[in-house]
Amino acid sequence: MNSNYAQLLQQDVPLTWYLLLSAVLFCLGIVGFLIKRNLITVFMSIELMLNAVNLSFVTFAHQWHAVKGQIFVFFVMMVAAAEAAVGLAIIIAVFRARATLAVDRIDLMKL
Amino acid sequence: MTILQFFLWSLLKVIVVTVVMLMSVAYTVLLERKLVGRIQNRWGPSRVGPFGLLQPLVDGAKLFLKEDLVPSAVYRPLYLISPIIALGCALISIAVVPFGSPDVTGPGGFHFFQISDINIGLLFILGITSIGVYGIALSGWSSNNKYSLFGSLRSSAQLISYELALGLSLVGVVLRAGSLNLREIVESQGNHGLVSWNLFGGFQFVAFFIYLMAAYAETNRSPFDLPEAESELTAGYHTEYSSMKFAMFFMAEYANMITVGCVATLLFLGGWTSPFGSLIPLPQNILVQALLPIFWFVFKVFTFLFLYVWVRGTLPRFRYDQLMNFGWCYLMPLAILNIVATSLWLAYK
Amino acid sequence: MHLILFIVFAGFCLAGAVNLLVQTHPINSALSLIVVMTSLAVLYLLLGAEFLAAAQVIVYAGAIMVLFTFVVMLLNAGREERTLGSRAALVVGFPAVVALLAVAATVILHTQGLGTAAMRDGITSTQELSAVLFTKLLLPFEVTSVLILIAILGSVALARSGEGERTPGE
Repeated sequence: MNSNYAQLLQQDVPLTWYLLLSAVLFCLGIVGFLIKRNLITVFMSIELMLNAVNLSFVTFAHQWHAVKGQIFVFFVMMVAAAEAAVGLAIIIAVFRARATLAVDRIDLMKL
Repeated sequence: MTILQFFLWSLLKVIVVTVVMLMSVAYTVLLERKLVGRIQNRWGPSRVGPFGLLQPLVDGAKLFLKEDLVPSAVYRPLYLISPIIALGCALISIAVVPFGSPDVTGPGGFHFFQISDINIGLLFILGITSIGVYGIALSGWSSNNKYSLFGSLRSSAQLISYELALGLSLVGVVLRAGSLNLREIVESQGNHGLVSWNLFGGFQFVAFFIYLMAAYAETNRSPFDLPEAESELTAGYHTEYSSMKFAMFFMAEYANMITVGCVATLLFLGGWTSPFGSLIPLPQNILVQALLPIFWFVFKVFTFLFLYVWVRGTLPRFRYDQLMNFGWCYLMPLAILNIVATSLWLAYK
Repeated sequence: MHLILFIVFAGFCLAGAVNLLVQTHPINSALSLIVVMTSLAVLYLLLGAEFLAAAQVIVYAGAIMVLFTFVVMLLNAGREERTLGSRAALVVGFPAVVALLAVAATVILHTQGLGTAAMRDGITSTQELSAVLFTKLLLPFEVTSVLILIAILGSVALARSGEGERTPGE
């Protein structure tokens, strides 16, 4: 019994599990994008999707011992930061114009 | 060394460092009160114990025994969790700080004087500082009080603005040392005493100056303490907190001061190396060899804290727009110029 | 050891992501997302990307999510409502996403040649990362910095134009 647990502790993690986690997080992000009714939460689901993709990049960088995979993650992070800044400024502008953050009420260009 | 032994020794290190840290926080409060008192031509706490040395214990007992009020309209989960985040982050960042010489090692290269020797130690501290902003941001919002909200929004904006100047000012030191590992940064400052420290021999005085000011803003201390000034915002983000939760915020502020002081000594003042370098040879006694670097480290952190309190007692407070203007329009470009100058110096050396 | 750490932090990731979907108040969703991002930082560390783990905590969990939290606090976003739109999205969207997940999982599980990750695998040091970033990938690096500059200018302009409209006679 003891050696069974010790063997369990020494096991490696197959990279398939990391990729599956990344896929599940991505799909949860899509679900959030579709079902949430608050503009900010929808935006947060987009960030979740970006993070899921980052995880799969890092997994493949580990697989092929390629540093470029990690550098691409770095770029994705920078782009996500820029996008979050501009996106939140747009959300604030929308809130100023419509006084609501509910997605169902901001679905027409006409006020 | 087996895993169990490593785990137990590390646990011992963690306990010792945490206890020392908490005691230092308490006595930093006393240091501040006495120093500010002397600057203002009065004694400071002097009745409890000799020279007021038992004051922190009595203060701790008072804060513990006070009534713990939780207003009814607060958003409870965040209200209860924010002091934990603030104090937790303040205490965690001491884990990567080497406070003694790594030459004295245990079996299997076990560092006695650093809890965790990671390659990205400096980034770890910057990351924990970034997470510490949440303690302040969430406390103001969850208190359901307009003064708290104002104080916390101002404080968080100030913190994230000065984080930038803080990080950029440290890049010069990292360029000179070629590593983000705190132990290697100290070791790169050579063993020639005062002149080889990054502040003097490394010409990083501009960076030290920027770091000093960014550190004052990061820890919400004078002259950047508008978010918690009593005359402005009725104590800002910790208005609605009482007893232990307030004590946790209070401890978090002083623990942050100590951490920032530790980082400054490691990066600019040569860490555990003595200012006399190799002029005074170390005695062969292993105990002295282990304890003397710790003494130098503590002495340097103490001078940094002294500077902190000195500035607090002397300078008036910045207005909020002056504060933000200073951080973005003066400190950040100056830090970038410092990086450019350091890189040019290193490239042409 | 690696296995236990992976299971614990992957569990935190999934719990945080599910909590993001389940919670009605945006501040709770924001906090769950912070938990997801910090757990992902630990997973990057397990895969040997130490600089990325630190960057994830500093940039994502410590700056971007603070921005989200600010906006939630400033706009005082309240709890969500259950509307017709959200029910329709649940009915249509959920099966579609499950189908997508099934396709992705099939592709991943049928891939040959994926290795394993273990504690003994080397850590990619920051020096290696910067050696490639500042030599071979210098152009994307510079373009990204221009992109961030544009983003700063854009968000300042957007935040300012709202106030500019309100002052009369200017």
